[in-house]
Amino acid sequence: MIHLEIDGREVTARPGQTILEVAEEAGVRIPTLCYLSGLSPRGSCRICLVEVANWNGKLVPACATPVQEGMRVVATSPRLTELRRRVLELLFAERNHICAICVSNGHCELQDLACELGLEAVRVPYRFPGLTLDASHGKFVYDPNRCVLCGRCVRACSEVEGAMTWGFSGRGIHTTVEPDLGGPWGSSETCTECGKCVQACPVGALVERGKATAEQEKEPQLLAQITERRPRA
Amino acid sequence: MPKVKVATIWFSGCSGCHMSFLDLDERLVELAQKVDIVYSPVVDIKEFPDGVDLTLVEGAVGNSEHWELLREIRERTKLLVAFGDCAVTGNVPSMRNPLPREEVLRSVYGEGEVPGLEEGEVPKLLPQALPLSMLVPVDGFIHGCPPPADRIWRFLQRLLAGESPLLVGEDLRFG
Repeated sequence: MIHLEIDGREVTARPGQTILEVAEEAGVRIPTLCYLSGLSPRGSCRICLVEVANWNGKLVPACATPVQEGMRVVATSPRLTELRRRVLELLFAERNHICAICVSNGHCELQDLACELGLEAVRVPYRFPGLTLDASHGKFVYDPNRCVLCGRCVRACSEVEGAMTWGFSGRGIHTTVEPDLGGPWGSSETCTECGKCVQACPVGALVERGKATAEQEKEPQLLAQITERRPRA
Repeated sequence: MPKVKVATIWFSGCSGCHMSFLDLDERLVELAQKVDIVYSPVVDIKEFPDGVDLTLVEGAVGNSEHWELLREIRERTKLLVAFGDCAVTGNVPSMRNPLPREEVLRSVYGEGEVPGLEEGEVPKLLPQALPLSMLVPVDGFIHGCPPPADRIWRFLQRLLAGESPLLVGEDLRFG
């Protein structure tokens, strides 16, 4: 057993558990975006940043950091809320998130986070990139304008479906997710049309074809329901 | 107690936020006891007056006229509020922003003379439609497309009572 502190509460954990898992068990809320139960943690979005008080206040992603003996974790503080809000602002400014006309309006994790973290307005200039929508697939649509690069589709496709259709392309601000090393999704030779990427996507970037504004509801918990039924190694 | 001087204006938007404001229904009567509407699309005053306490701005800043008016309003208003998603984020009017200005206008008006391409009877279209806070300091934000009447009411009540923060939680939902 590992003993640690989260927001001043003493908790115990099993070796290998992450800060996020232990916090959830203890009823301490830590917001997340790129994390999805059932997929491996990536720690790339930085929404779940927490402070480790006895590591000189070092910031670590709760979803990807294993607990250690004696750790004193701060999961809730004005500083963390401000940092998480800044991260969120960069996400909103990076692509073209027009909630009012999005199929995921009202069922979107990015929108939910804006409410939770108290986002009044984005303080950095919007980039307004020119990105092309891919509607070549018979069942689904990919709109990179709404993508937050969380990589949940990439992990769902490789770790759960095993198809490895989705992957990252480019670097830094030019990063995108692409099917089959680029090219229309509809001509993908690896896509099995399972739709796990769509269910895993937290926003309106991957959606079912034919959905109108605010109609796209998702079930991201399906990924964990599938992996939990699988035999453990 | 003197009445609070309130102005409302509508830039690059659809007037939906003003419609939602009118959806305050019978609460408008209560509001009228506390405020005077000194400038608005719903009253017949041509010049934006001096000494306004509160201005609600609907819409993004899309052309030269909006930009001039916004600067004027900012100088003459104590509290400037971005009223609805277009004013807060750019929203639907900002969908043209990745495209060149002339391409957008030509796709609507075709070849030949295009209104808004240069300064003329129609104000010149700016390269991008921008949210207010990218151009001037903004004192408050009402989210929503359009903001529900109940949200507008909660905002105004807290503002008139001098409370802060003005909106929290679900009231900060875009879209």
